[in-house]
Amino acid sequence: MKFLAETWVGEWLTGLGRIAALAREAVMSLLTFKVAWRDLLYQIYFIGIKSQSVVLVTGAFTGMVLGAQTYFQFHKIKMDTATLAVVGVSMCSELGPVLTALMVSGRVGAAIAAEIGTMRVTEQIDALRTLATHPVDYLVVPRLLASMIALPLLTIEAITIGIGASYLVGVYLLGIDPVYSWYNMLKYTGDIDVFIGLTKAFVYGGILALVGCYKGMSCGVGAQGVGRATTEAVVYSSIAILISNFFLTLALQRVVLMLL
Amino acid sequence: MIEARQLKKSFDTQLVLDGVDLRIESGESVAIIGRSGGGKSVLLKHLIALLQPDSGDVLINGESIVRMNERQLLRIREKFGMVFQSAALFDSMTVAENVAFPLIRKKKFTPGEIEQRVTAALEMVDLPGTQKKNPAELSGGMRKRVGLARAIVYEPQILLYDEPTTGLDPIVADSIDHLIIRVRDQLKITSVVVTHDMRTARRVGNRVLMLHEGKIYANATPEELFASQDPVVRQFIDGVADAKETIL
Repeated sequence: MKFLAETWVGEWLTGLGRIAALAREAVMSLLTFKVAWRDLLYQIYFIGIKSQSVVLVTGAFTGMVLGAQTYFQFHKIKMDTATLAVVGVSMCSELGPVLTALMVSGRVGAAIAAEIGTMRVTEQIDALRTLATHPVDYLVVPRLLASMIALPLLTIEAITIGIGASYLVGVYLLGIDPVYSWYNMLKYTGDIDVFIGLTKAFVYGGILALVGCYKGMSCGVGAQGVGRATTEAVVYSSIAILISNFFLTLALQRVVLMLL
Repeated sequence: MIEARQLKKSFDTQLVLDGVDLRIESGESVAIIGRSGGGKSVLLKHLIALLQPDSGDVLINGESIVRMNERQLLRIREKFGMVFQSAALFDSMTVAENVAFPLIRKKKFTPGEIEQRVTAALEMVDLPGTQKKNPAELSGGMRKRVGLARAIVYEPQILLYDEPTTGLDPIVADSIDHLIIRVRDQLKITSVVVTHDMRTARRVGNRVLMLHEGKIYANATPEELFASQDPVVRQFIDGVADAKETIL
């Protein structure tokens, strides 16, 4: 057992356990209303408003390239007007939430890990504790909640911009019929796809904030420790988002089938 | 009252505390001296449960804090104030916000009361009118004084100082010593000062504990300690390096 604990598997399992303990502590904090509400508002501003450029560019260019590629393939079999339908379903249920989460984790997850990590190495987290303030109440919960609120909103934005950009490219550059395209998109893209996408965004918001906070709180000493925590926060949250995407897709599909 | 019983702590293979026993009565002012890297700060952090021991116990007013979780400790920590070696000011906040932080978190005070208390605390540490400054604009000595203002603003029963004069010039260090004495006498609180500065230890402590090789080696009044003929105590007080260290 000791041998196992010393390998990367052991470290990985320990990390998962600690993240679970952090999540539990955050839920406890939420239930007892110990949240710093002013910080929650600031974090929503930081995660939501400050990520606009990243999300707009990601959404627009993903929609455009997806529209163009789909058109190139569908044009061969004379199915041009199905292009927007493919873009709509893909953006709503997969690309919108996943790419938004990946981009935001690069910006926000890294910032969270760097900020909390620096606070840890400069004894500011210990100072918080001596001032009878639980670091989870003050640092983790506002970031976690803000991320879980902001990411679905950013995802809606990315989906809207993506579909709009794809429409413009398809209709004005590639010459697809606008009326049939729009009709087909509405026919094949359902509320369910939007529901799946937003549920995923909500979960990814939680993952990226939690991983960022965990990496910051468990950061090693010195500048090197903060650098490592920042890198690991982005890498691990991105991997967790990609892996959980597969399982979430299967689970949500099953939920949808049960509801219908 | 603070009590430590057979406190042991090691980091990886390095044994830092090897069975520390101490008892600090309410209202006492105790200086803990010892060599750099000898575990003084580690011992201090155990007294407020910022670190957990490998074995042994820490009691605050007779209540063991070793097996408490972080949320249970919040109640205990309300009795404490701590001044950190690096001051540990929140760099995203102004001086006033730093000092007001514990009052705002308590949610018991009106904005007017908070402002009044912050002003009084800053005046006590000789920094009136610095409310709007950022910690980055302050010198090392000023940062420590703001750290002290933040620690006394909510009137704790026990104040812990981690190397309060390290890294400061002798004049600023002298002013910090006077400040510690003034806070001790005016607020009538228990003070525990960790230092390797012999002048600070002599002035602020009613009693001096010397930590040596992970244990409390000496426990005496400053006068007794400075008159001691014990070779280990003498070597530390006189600041004489071992022959081996001199060569290095």
